[in-house]
Amino acid sequence: MTAVRATRGSRVLRDIAPLLAGAAAIVAWRALIALGNYPPYILPAPEQVLGRFVSAWADGTIAPHATRTLVEVVLGFGLGAGLALIIGYALARLPLAERVLSPYIVAAQATPILALAPLLALWFGPGILAKVVICALIVFFPVAISTMVGIRAVDARLLELARSLRATRRQVVLTLEIPAALPSIFGGLRVGVTLAVVGAIVGEWAGADRGLGLLVNLARGSLFDTPLLFATLLTIALLGVGLYGLVVVFERNLVRPR
Amino acid sequence: MSQTTLPQPPSPIVELADVAVSFDVGGGRRLTALENVDLAIGGGEVVALIGPNGSGKSTLLRVVAGLLPADRGRALFQGGAITGPDPRIGLVFQEPRLLPWRTTAANVAYPLELAGVPTSERAARTEAVLHTVGLADAAARIPSQLSGGMRQRAALARSLALEPELLLLDEPFSAVDELTRERLNLELLEIAARRHATVLVVTHSVHEAIFLADRVVVLSPRPGRVVADIAVALPRPRSLADLDASVVGATAQAIRSHLREAAA
Repeated sequence: MTAVRATRGSRVLRDIAPLLAGAAAIVAWRALIALGNYPPYILPAPEQVLGRFVSAWADGTIAPHATRTLVEVVLGFGLGAGLALIIGYALARLPLAERVLSPYIVAAQATPILALAPLLALWFGPGILAKVVICALIVFFPVAISTMVGIRAVDARLLELARSLRATRRQVVLTLEIPAALPSIFGGLRVGVTLAVVGAIVGEWAGADRGLGLLVNLARGSLFDTPLLFATLLTIALLGVGLYGLVVVFERNLVRPR
Repeated sequence: MSQTTLPQPPSPIVELADVAVSFDVGGGRRLTALENVDLAIGGGEVVALIGPNGSGKSTLLRVVAGLLPADRGRALFQGGAITGPDPRIGLVFQEPRLLPWRTTAANVAYPLELAGVPTSERAARTEAVLHTVGLADAAARIPSQLSGGMRQRAALARSLALEPELLLLDEPFSAVDELTRERLNLELLEIAARRHATVLVVTHSVHEAIFLADRVVVLSPRPGRVVADIAVALPRPRSLADLDASVVGATAQAIRSHLREAAA
């Protein structure tokens, strides 16, 4: 009985632990303001941020920007991850592709996206395209590498089994390689989706007519509305958490226990 | 010629003539795994292949399975050259090789799926095969929820799914405990007899070879050659009690002496 109760107690603790951690951070934040007596334009209080978050969503200040950023992230993530799955597979299975492509893929990854963003803004303008490209670029690397690693790790004995059953190339890919590599691929997608949000914000920062990155700039530079800046950052964080959660939900549905 | 003439044996299911296989081991050197192998297996026969480690038993099985081409000689299945895996040949590996994310039923259905058997037909055939190997209750479980013996049963069921005429087994039950192995061997014989399937089984256990086979083919150490082909005079159907028969001791002695000679 005691053991059961202890397990149940620890399960409840496990469920509410993230909330407790968040509450502790907010308390610390509030205490910092009380102790340091910072003005709201330096560090607004949590209740001020929450109030501005609610009002800015209610009066339509944030929504159009959030929608734009969401669209950029989803399109960029889809494009980058889609390409990365194909290239990652090629890297795993075609030695020549790996030899030819891998130095450039690594070089592209090592180039700071922050440095590329203004150039892409220059080429593709302040609209959606530049951000989609940036998101795709930033998502590409983790997904391509995790796909390559996952495909390479497919048990050679299972591949021989498939061969003994006269599986076609397509059947091997669909029934064996992809399911086997899926946990690894999803590892890359989890990293990629959070990076995609960063990519969109960086892209908007470099020049945009709309988007949460632009709103951060506006709130800070033109409106001197630090609570709005914080409310926008909160929106960005929630967007990232939400999209990450969506990837995890997909993962739970697609990756069977093994 | 007072001896009664034996009926002409039917044309063999498997025929190997002067088969040689070698592997590239790097540095331009080749390792000869099999040399001058001649072997004929008739329909419905159970043949055990025995030999020391490295004698090319598994290599020989792979040649028959169409997974490995012979460098030289002829390898025929039902009179036709073996050029690749054949749906009429079922293969059981040393390890179960189940897809870990699929249920037992889905693993057993895998060959049917790859062969394009319609979905409507798959379920019934899978269920029948699972029933044959006694895994009907474990159909919905995944491999990690099965015991070692059950996994190997599932692998056997999978190899039976396409109703093969020839069953190839590579030390199929070597990873399970002795009691389970004996039971699985017994079931294997029953299944093979019921389906009139021909069986070629690789083993390194003399007693297992005798219990299973009509003929025990002894391979020499590398490069593997057939050094003896010993008939097992045990009646069928066999039971585990047959392993105590005196004929087993004599046969085992004959096999061992050939193994020793070949090794010398």
